[in-house]
Amino acid sequence: MKQYKYFKGGVKVPHYKNSENAETKIMPIPDIIEIPMLHHIGAPCVPLVKVGDYVMVGQKIGDSDKFISSPVHTGVSGTVKKISSVLFPNGMNVQSVVIETDKKQEIHPDVKPPVIESREDFIKAIRESGLVGLGGAGFPTNVKLNPPPGKTVDYLLINGAECEPYITSDYRETIENSWNIISGINIIMEYLEIDKVIIGVEDNKPVSVDVLTDIAKTSDKIDIMSLKSKYPQGAEKMLIYALTGRIVPAGKLPLDVGVIVLNVASVSFIAEYIKTGMPLTKKRITIDGGAVNTPSNIEVFVGTYIKEAIQFSGGFKEVPKKILMGGPMMGVSQFNLDSPILKQNNAILAFNEKQSILPEQTPCIKCGRCVRACPMNLMPVYFDIYHQYKDVEQLEKLDIMSCIECGSCSFVCPANRYLVQSIRNGKALVKAGGSKK
Amino acid sequence: MLQSILTAIAAIGIIGLLFGVALSIASKVFAVKTDPKIEEVRGVLPGANCGACGYAGCDQYAEAVAKGDALITLCTVGGQKVINDLSVVMCVEAEETTRQVARVLCRGTFEKTEKEYAYTGIKTCTAVNAMYNGDSSCSFGCLGLGDCVNACEYNAINISEGVAFIVEQNCVACKKCVAACPKNIIVMVPVTARVTVACRNTDLGKKVMDACKVGCIACKKCEKACQFDAIKVNNGLAVIDYDKCTNCEDCVKVCPTKTINIFVQ
Repeated sequence: MKQYKYFKGGVKVPHYKNSENAETKIMPIPDIIEIPMLHHIGAPCVPLVKVGDYVMVGQKIGDSDKFISSPVHTGVSGTVKKISSVLFPNGMNVQSVVIETDKKQEIHPDVKPPVIESREDFIKAIRESGLVGLGGAGFPTNVKLNPPPGKTVDYLLINGAECEPYITSDYRETIENSWNIISGINIIMEYLEIDKVIIGVEDNKPVSVDVLTDIAKTSDKIDIMSLKSKYPQGAEKMLIYALTGRIVPAGKLPLDVGVIVLNVASVSFIAEYIKTGMPLTKKRITIDGGAVNTPSNIEVFVGTYIKEAIQFSGGFKEVPKKILMGGPMMGVSQFNLDSPILKQNNAILAFNEKQSILPEQTPCIKCGRCVRACPMNLMPVYFDIYHQYKDVEQLEKLDIMSCIECGSCSFVCPANRYLVQSIRNGKALVKAGGSKK
Repeated sequence: MLQSILTAIAAIGIIGLLFGVALSIASKVFAVKTDPKIEEVRGVLPGANCGACGYAGCDQYAEAVAKGDALITLCTVGGQKVINDLSVVMCVEAEETTRQVARVLCRGTFEKTEKEYAYTGIKTCTAVNAMYNGDSSCSFGCLGLGDCVNACEYNAINISEGVAFIVEQNCVACKKCVAACPKNIIVMVPVTARVTVACRNTDLGKKVMDACKVGCIACKKCEKACQFDAIKVNNGLAVIDYDKCTNCEDCVKVCPTKTINIFVQ
């Protein structure tokens, strides 16, 4: 089935899917892993283990009693060496558990397939699995699957768009684990009583479309749509519009328009978890960029150091100038190769000197290209100006909080304005309520 | 011809006279009573409209002073002269105040700290602070991109070697730099205070030493050396109580990292 709605704006980005034919290699257990207590949007977890404790595979090592949170598990067995901390991009120091692995991989007795009889059981099981949105944002899935009373959900959308350049981890998921995806969809349909499912895949991945079309034929409730490849097609709000024609109002969630969006990797994990009871401790990531030897997809334990993951994939070809966690459009740069990989990371990109040149910004020429590129119908040019004047009132009036920070505006700007950064700072100003004038 | 000119003049004249009478009556009947003191107070104030007194501007502060709601010592821009003048206007006793100045509690210059990563982006402290707490190896120190310089209207801050410093003779204590600094390293101190603990790093010893060569490692040597009980190490950082400090410089001599120093212009 073809897409019938096209969102306004967006940009055409080069695909660079160098690793699309690289089969997933499984990384051996590293000697030491460091698992941070925060892999999601929401409150960080509190470590449940002490220094010197012996932990087993699948053991819960961190949890929180806050509503928007998700527990953290270890994927390796070994001894807790210390409770350390990891510096996150937003400047927050998050506690982390450093585990010295013994490579015996003894499985914790709690790891067994969950017993599910009702919808509540299902949502509880998903929370216990530690699943967060694997597409990149890391929103706890149990919160997403649990619509508040009074709201009905009639569509389940499966996001396989993967519109960021370089990344192919979801693509490999659809090819290598397609039957898991289909059984995951069936499980969610059964427990949440949803009878319409649409899988969305960008048309630059024809193999993935073919595979998913085949499995979609197994049920008449499942549809697959091939989407035009245009960035940011995989952003939640754009995808909902493309697949259902519904518009999520500003400040609202997909639940408010009766839609749940899940990433293909998340769905596949749900099927795996219901079958085996093994919580989320592994993640497939793409390693690519001009500074690495072999673009590849590898499966790593959550908490593996970036350095080791890159070494396993083939190491550096030249000195990396810039390392990104995530895609080139929305990824966050990382300066410390001794940082651990998180649940929601789907790529590590290492760029060489030539690829990471960021031109100096020049004055805005008011051409309006950013306005045309914005998929959210916002005006980045004014955000840039009012952010400089710290004019919170105007920023709020122009709805800066609706920005999804997709980077389309910065991508097209002929004056190389750092638009996304000024929008982020502008958002911080609005959140502070303009108290800092 | 002449008659029509005369009629016009007469008509305009009479209308003018009527309006004049009406206005003069109205000005008496609908007169708004204002306190002449407000005008007088406003005349004494410097008119910087900086807001350092806590009021929106000089007019609002003048009103509050005239009503007796506000202390006469709040205007930092005017200093002692304005306080003396205000005391004459308001017929109250002039208080002796010490002039306050801003001071940057960081000496982590390029030599003393390292850059963790090469930052290319918007050149403001707030922007770089949003990325991993800034590019400096010390996450508490000055970022040196001059948010305070931009906030200062009196040309009293300069950046040298990546650290801001205050030109005290220009500082009027309007506190705009204090509000602008994302690291909160600018504080107000009395102008007489010469001894400064130029650090805000609350981490412990080794971590501080790794980050900066002039950071406070909370060794408490200064606390022991002080005869006046004026310096206290709290939460990993030495803090001077300027009410007790006599500028004797005993702490400066014992400080192993040279964090405590004498502020010279």
